[in-house]
Amino acid sequence: MTAGSKLRTPLASVRGLGSARSGTDHFWRQRLTAVANVPLTIAFVVIVVSLLGRNHAAVVQILGSPLVAIVMLLFIGSVTYHMRIGMQVIIEDYVHDEMRKLVLVMLNTFFAVAVALASAYAILKLSFGV
Amino acid sequence: MAETKAPVERPLSPHLFIYRPMLTMVMSIVHRITGAALYFGTLLVAWWLLAAASSPKAYAGIGSFMNSFFGRLILFGYTWALIHHMLGGIRHLIWDTGRGFAPHEREGLSLATAIGSIGLTPLIWIVGYFVMGGAR
Repeated sequence: MTAGSKLRTPLASVRGLGSARSGTDHFWRQRLTAVANVPLTIAFVVIVVSLLGRNHAAVVQILGSPLVAIVMLLFIGSVTYHMRIGMQVIIEDYVHDEMRKLVLVMLNTFFAVAVALASAYAILKLSFGV
Repeated sequence: MAETKAPVERPLSPHLFIYRPMLTMVMSIVHRITGAALYFGTLLVAWWLLAAASSPKAYAGIGSFMNSFFGRLILFGYTWALIHHMLGGIRHLIWDTGRGFAPHEREGLSLATAIGSIGLTPLIWIVGYFVMGGAR
């Protein structure tokens, strides 16, 4: 070890590295999306409850209105990002076969992106009325 | 001396099941389980949004499923998992700041997660039933 490398903090030496090759990135983004999820989840529950029992036309109108649509898009984006990281942690904890782990981590990303895109598409379609 | 000694009973590293379940530990496990459940629960959200964006018929389809006993059961579980995971997440965010680690504090925070989710879930549903009854 050179004298220079000893000056590096432990955080600096794991940044961009680590077993997942991403250092503290996942840790930070998991917290970032967690904080965002709290108000967005409360808003989501309020939106869903307020739509209960309404007919299709009313639901389309409310979900497609700018404020509700934007909150729903933020909710979908933050939640799917958060759950992708969370499920990757679960996979990495329990699946030790390297190949199987790799496949599951890929499928996990496909799932999260598919759910995010399908939901976002639906919200945008409701908003623009096409 | 040719005889070999019987292998020494070496101490093994203790695994989960050797511990008496503690509240913090149970809440940690439940946090992970609810997270995994919510992961698949997003399919319901996507289905609901796509149905609303597709046609009145598709929206009526998901509506009749959600109004069935099985559908209501899934939704109730989803509501509880969502609230539990959210409160558990807030607890973890508090712990991330280095606060709340004293024995009574971490027990209290864990208990608050359980009581909060069990209390809030029926409350949301009661409000939901009022909305369903009133805004039709």
